[in-house]
Amino acid sequence: MKIVDIVATAFRNAFRSRLRTSLTVLAIFIGAFTLSLTNGLGTGINQYIDDTVASVGVDDVMTVTKTNEDEPADGGPAEYDPNQIEADGPPGTTTSALTDDDIETIAGIDGVLSVQPAKSVLADYVQYDDGTKYQLSISQFVPGMKVELASGEQVDLDAGDPQLVLPESYLEPLELGSAADAVGQTVVLAVTDATGEQVTTEATVVGVAEPGVITMGGAIPNDVLTEELYDLQTNGAPESETTRYAQASVSFDVDAGEEEAAALKDRLADAGYTGSTLEDQLGTITAVIDAIVLVLNGFAVIALVAAGIGIVNTLFMAVQERTREVGLMKAMGLSSARVFSLFSIEAVVIGLVGSALGVLAAIGVGQLVGSVSGDLLTDLPGLTLIAFEPVTVVAVVLGVMAIAFLAGTLPALRAARQDPISSLRYE
Amino acid sequence: MREAADVVSPLLSVSNLHKTYGSGPSAFEALKGLDLDIAEGESMAIIGKSGSGKSTLMHLLALLDRPTSGTITLDGTDTSRLSAKQLNQTRNSAFGFVFQQFFLNAQASVLDNVTLPLKIAGVSRRERTARGMAALAQLELDDKAGNKANDLSGGQKQRVVIARALINQPRVIFADEPTGNLDTATGTVVEDILFDLNQRQGINLVVVTHDEDLASRCDRSIYIRDGLIAAPAGVAA
Ligand SMILES: Nc1ncnc2c1ncn2[C@@H]1O[C@H](COP(=O)(O)OP(=O)(O)O)[C@@H](O)[C@H]1O
Ligand SMILES: [Mg+2]
Repeated sequence: MKIVDIVATAFRNAFRSRLRTSLTVLAIFIGAFTLSLTNGLGTGINQYIDDTVASVGVDDVMTVTKTNEDEPADGGPAEYDPNQIEADGPPGTTTSALTDDDIETIAGIDGVLSVQPAKSVLADYVQYDDGTKYQLSISQFVPGMKVELASGEQVDLDAGDPQLVLPESYLEPLELGSAADAVGQTVVLAVTDATGEQVTTEATVVGVAEPGVITMGGAIPNDVLTEELYDLQTNGAPESETTRYAQASVSFDVDAGEEEAAALKDRLADAGYTGSTLEDQLGTITAVIDAIVLVLNGFAVIALVAAGIGIVNTLFMAVQERTREVGLMKAMGLSSARVFSLFSIEAVVIGLVGSALGVLAAIGVGQLVGSVSGDLLTDLPGLTLIAFEPVTVVAVVLGVMAIAFLAGTLPALRAARQDPISSLRYE
Repeated sequence: MREAADVVSPLLSVSNLHKTYGSGPSAFEALKGLDLDIAEGESMAIIGKSGSGKSTLMHLLALLDRPTSGTITLDGTDTSRLSAKQLNQTRNSAFGFVFQQFFLNAQASVLDNVTLPLKIAGVSRRERTARGMAALAQLELDDKAGNKANDLSGGQKQRVVIARALINQPRVIFADEPTGNLDTATGTVVEDILFDLNQRQGINLVVVTHDEDLASRCDRSIYIRDGLIAAPAGVAA
């Protein structure tokens, strides 16, 4: 018997008892649907995070901090260190400060192309055209970072004049008009210097940022503006204060590969620093999402295993019903191996139909949810809550077919071992 | 394979055939040492009472089962030496089967039922259809090719079964009570077809029956009693 004929026959046999097969297909459908949906959820969220990282476009930059060596491994309290300053992150997070000496050391480490201390500035307010003053946070700017823009351009790192990208949410309060109107306008920024005096400076709005995870609603300055604000802010402070940085940005050759990046991290660690890429930082979130998806997938797989038992049952009934048919075919010279493949392919067909329908339904639901969540989650533009990767979709279908095949082996073996004479005996 | 010198040697030859079902105290010896030769082109009836071992003998001759002891030679080859694959191939290409019950796939078309042996043999669909239609035409059933097997009368069904048995141009057709399920008139029609095949195409017939009339139409009848041949070689007119 030719393979085509075996497959075609198995296909037809699968639907000989329509109701029974439909119910088994339904069970598979539910499992595959759930699995696709939970997978899609994980894919959607992780894709959003990846896209965010990619859109920032700083895969060649590492954030370097001084490793806090005092921190005990068991998570207990760390000893007080007068060199600690407040760092980025949740309130209360501190880190040992980097000094100019540290910056020089880091610059000397093999693989570091350039290093730039991150100068954190705290603006008091932003004001446009003598209007109302609003609080504004200045984003810790990683050189080369890009954000999604509603209008205008990214800040020009090499520009000689102070520039900034303003979040979209400031347009209305500052009465800047539309995003396009705002580009090119000059705003006033105020900081308080070390002597307690409030001073102001001006900057040009070159772009308007869409809301996103990275900007967190802060304005993005260019180097000149950061320098200016930092100088104003540290005016009158002792030098030991002005040369202490929470972190530094190190650019490295990303084309050298992940191993080289890891080696660079090791060298930084040896020198007493911690280097992490943006991807590392977001990787934690991805890991948590992966873990949740894994648990959800576990439930879906349990449903699929139950459906697999349904296949076993269905096929045992089919083998029982077709005892004589199988006996006749064996009498006519069909080998046991072919009989086995007839029944196991029938199982695989049931798995294929169920999983294909389940996956298609999940994609349909994903699209539906996508259009609804687009309206609900306006703060996260570009988020597709449930996304499908062709590889995962194919993997689900193939996985279900594999489960179906396994489920089919027992009944198929029984059919293959059947003795043609006793099957054909009557009286 | 068959040369002029071999013409006298029988198609099927059986010697000292034993078949025991089961083992231990429940063992039952169905055949107790049979010797039998079937010549090329011969039609032979196996008759005897129910339970005498007729079907058992036919199953062994048709290579559907292995004897407990003794040899079955087909075309000079000791069949005990054949592998499972060779046995399958031999049954597929050299034998045709007609059983008392039709064993048709009720849901499939008449044509699909008839061409099943060709499908098993791995013949292409196109050739299957052509040969299937020819076989159906031979049995005057070509107008029923597309019908479901279920929709046919008993006599038509048995003709479909015969078409299926001769589709691969077999050398032997084994028929176990071929008319047992048919009324006398249709039974006679089926008999006529079988003997016509035997006479015109030289296909050997091995017919298990307890119908004396059918047996008398065969070249030869063997009478089985308690697993042994009781009255061998009755040459019919
Ligand atoms: N698989 C089997 N197991 C045990 N006994 C069997 C089996 N097949 C046949 N027999 C016995 O062997 C004897 C011959 O059976 P069978 O060849 O079918 O007889 P017939 O066809 O002449 O009626 C019967 O007594 C039957 O009960
Ligand atoms: Mg019998």
